[in-house]
Amino acid sequence: MKKSLALTLLIMGALGAAAAANADPRTRFIASNCAYCHGPDGHSRGAVPSLAGLEAKYFVEQMKAFRDGTRPATVMQKHALGYTEAEYEALGKWFEANK
Amino acid sequence: MTIDRREFLKVSTAAAGAVSLTGLAGCATPVASAKPRVIVVGAGFGGATFARYLKAWSPNTEVTVIEPLTQFVSCPFSNTVLAGTNRLEDITLPYDHVKKVVDTWVTDSVTAIDSRKRTVTTAGGKTFTYDRLVLAGGIELLFDKVQGYDAETQKTIKHAWKASPDQTGVLHQQLQAMPDGGTFVMSVPMAPYRCPPGPYERACQVATYFKRTKPKSKIIILDGNPDVASKKGLFVAAWTKHFGYGSANSMIDYRPNNMPRMVDAKKMVVGTEFDEVKGDVINVVPPMRAAAVCGMAGVRVGLDGKDAPWCAIDYTTFESTAVPNVHILGDSALTNFPKSGSVANNTGKMCAYALSEIFAGRKPDPAPVVTNTCYSAGSDTVAFHVATVFRWDPEKKAMVPPKGANGVSKEESELEMAYMESWARNVWSDTLGLPRDYNFTIKG
Repeated sequence: MKKSLALTLLIMGALGAAAAANADPRTRFIASNCAYCHGPDGHSRGAVPSLAGLEAKYFVEQMKAFRDGTRPATVMQKHALGYTEAEYEALGKWFEANK
Repeated sequence: MTIDRREFLKVSTAAAGAVSLTGLAGCATPVASAKPRVIVVGAGFGGATFARYLKAWSPNTEVTVIEPLTQFVSCPFSNTVLAGTNRLEDITLPYDHVKKVVDTWVTDSVTAIDSRKRTVTTAGGKTFTYDRLVLAGGIELLFDKVQGYDAETQKTIKHAWKASPDQTGVLHQQLQAMPDGGTFVMSVPMAPYRCPPGPYERACQVATYFKRTKPKSKIIILDGNPDVASKKGLFVAAWTKHFGYGSANSMIDYRPNNMPRMVDAKKMVVGTEFDEVKGDVINVVPPMRAAAVCGMAGVRVGLDGKDAPWCAIDYTTFESTAVPNVHILGDSALTNFPKSGSVANNTGKMCAYALSEIFAGRKPDPAPVVTNTCYSAGSDTVAFHVATVFRWDPEKKAMVPPKGANGVSKEESELEMAYMESWARNVWSDTLGLPRDYNFTIKG
């Protein structure tokens, strides 16, 4: 019972992710641009923070702060200046949905 | 839709255009089988990433990977093996996980490509048919461009520009065996070449090792370029701060405009246009061009349609501008991106995205985005970066960084060394599909 419930949840999760993925392949691709530093699907295996599961609002605020230089950064100001505000929003929703 | 020949040519010569040869080929070429057959040649940062992401984004695709090596050895971080900070096994990673997600994995070399019949043949005598061919073979080193750099000489003099036990491992042993007070002679190829900051980082890493164990030793850098070709301010600052560069006791002797023309393993000398330089350990990186498989496919062609060292591509799909249905990733491609691991990883995903759109019956994204983040280690404790976002600019018809989306570190730092180590773990995981609990042994 437990096992089948877990399996059902797993399948639902996978389907949910797949549905989200199909809805917006461009955002899915741009999110994957972040992976070499922040880990595959936003799950980091090192000192750089994970992005998976961050609240969209927080994500967008941080990108704006990096862009404007109000949050000190090493590489992130350059990356933030490379994307549009609409892309911050789309990426924020993406990482919030893909935990 | 009809399109006359002149219009077609106009569009296809604007090779980097949003709707170019590729866009047309992508729509006009019927997919031969229900399940598109994609062959990937080379499982480095570009090829392995592409294969993994294409299976994720376009599961109804038959992906075959052909790769001669049985394990992945990372070029990024291989200079730290020369410093003794890491061992070769720390930068060697398994193909097991990416193998599980593709349909067929062939451990073999490609010996022939027929782009009209759409076939690829391996040394083992197998022939595979493709709808799309993805060439991610990295670079081919041109030893015959350096006099004396023959097979016999290559036993002693190493390039270590493809990381392996026979290259990086042997060069490390040579440096260990060198007596204190010895001279290490190394070279920098003419740009463009794989890993622009790599040679200068190599000097930092070997100097770190010498400073610790052989402080009377010297490093002579013979640079084919007129100046430090990447992160100049940061490298010169690191050389000055850590290795006395600019003083009478500098460990590093940097010589621009000194392209190695000749090597002699018996006399242990490197010849440039100006003089002969003697070394106890010699490390010459010969000139290079796009991987041999690109030559087989006839895609080593520039934007002008003439033979070239690198392969012109359409930025929306990474398809060759010369040969339809052949895509080129990573170092082999002719682009304005640095030939880095991050770019190979990102272009792998960009191409997987474009093909997954085409296979779904849609047009590829006309406005691609590709990023680069590249760290270099200035010593065994500090590192620095260059980071760039490239976006399609329809007016300039080029991949251009928006204002401010390109630059280097203000200064070296320990924090960036931690980020560099983190980058290695994450880019290896993303490229090879390593599990979240993978036990890394790399040290930053």
